[in-house]
Amino acid sequence: MNAGLSLPVRRTGLAVLGLLLVVGSFVTAGPRAALLMMVGLGLGLALEGLRFGFAGPWRVMVTERDGRGLLAQFVAIGLAALVAFPLLASFPDELSGAHAPVGVAMIAAAFVFGAMMQIVLGCGSGTLINAGSGNLLALVALIGFIAGSFFGTLHLQWWTGLGSLPVYTLQGLFGESAGLGVTLAGLAGLGALVYRKSAPDKRRIPRRLWVAALLIALLASLNLVIAGQSWGVVYGLGLWGAKFAQAAGMDVAATTFWSAPAHALRLQQSLLTDVTSLTNIGLLAGAFLAMRWKHNPDPQVEALSASSWAVILLAGIIMGYSARVALGCNVGAFFSGVSTGSLHGWVWFVAAFGGSYAGLRLRPRLLTARSVVATTAGGKRV
Amino acid sequence: MNDPIKHQGQLPGRPIVGMLALGFILLLLVVDDAESTPINPFNAPPVIALGSGEAPSGAHCTQP
Repeated sequence: MNAGLSLPVRRTGLAVLGLLLVVGSFVTAGPRAALLMMVGLGLGLALEGLRFGFAGPWRVMVTERDGRGLLAQFVAIGLAALVAFPLLASFPDELSGAHAPVGVAMIAAAFVFGAMMQIVLGCGSGTLINAGSGNLLALVALIGFIAGSFFGTLHLQWWTGLGSLPVYTLQGLFGESAGLGVTLAGLAGLGALVYRKSAPDKRRIPRRLWVAALLIALLASLNLVIAGQSWGVVYGLGLWGAKFAQAAGMDVAATTFWSAPAHALRLQQSLLTDVTSLTNIGLLAGAFLAMRWKHNPDPQVEALSASSWAVILLAGIIMGYSARVALGCNVGAFFSGVSTGSLHGWVWFVAAFGGSYAGLRLRPRLLTARSVVATTAGGKRV
Repeated sequence: MNDPIKHQGQLPGRPIVGMLALGFILLLLVVDDAESTPINPFNAPPVIALGSGEAPSGAHCTQP
């Protein structure tokens, strides 16, 4: 995979690397781990290869009235919902949706998350993807995200204690079929709003994003079928932070969150048995494969001042922390929450979009707009 | 916090940073291997959850 290798040799090496990841997962952790690694790799390839993202489309919707990426997100979520709702209704003992309560801290944290993801130019999955594709800014943010999401687990109980509603799902409120109908109608309504607000030449979803939306919905559905739970990102990153903290000598198992049986088990067991860690690793590796598959990789982000790098690291920490308190990021809360009927997914989207709007105003104060624009003008999906 | 971004010379290219990211994952797995109980291959879950008859046991970020 050296830059000096011919393209066919390099691509053969990349294919071997992908195969090694799948076979290695199979040998060490069994067939389910191998399948989930494949799902993660597929998501990484689709997201990076087809430039499908979350944070970027939210940004250009506001700044350029370009609704194409946001509309593609709604399509992907709607397609995933068409699969998830019937499956969850038919197999309630084997599959679980991304259902969480709406709460005071959850809403505030979603707002903060939205703001921070416009500072680091990537959401939870976007940070993984961008880091895998060689974006130095995202790699720094990812390290912060891992630390922040771990810190978030240490205080999560306090935050949720500030006030939460019970868990509401649309299928619970309206019934199975009507719940799906309300979800699709809600997505269609949002889509109509975005379509109307978009510039006339920036409202038709390009073929590339149609394909990406279809693939991502398919892979997210496979994640549900294989793992028994919806696609997520943040839990795995917090667990990675917990593993590092434990290795550094902290008694992580004694903390409230990590002493709960479900989390204690994850802390004790290998990451290769953790659903979210497997797909996260696959996402990052898949993005790397997609980046190196190209004849010429995109240019690196521009150099930042030392203080700006510190801002990126801090924003990554806050983003990880807030994602944990918000009970998910664009994937776990928005994509998976909405596509499996959780009311909190809708509330998360509204709060995070508001935060994203604020983040766009905040970013030029923290980083010069010129360099940030230059970064995104390179075509990176963030 | 209002410092302008200054060019500090050439940053490493994407292939190198991508390799660094993979190296970070490798480091994570090495740390994890030292901190975790060994995987019991005879205790692996069913290939897919759907139809397995087992309740989902994985953790998710929506869980408080």
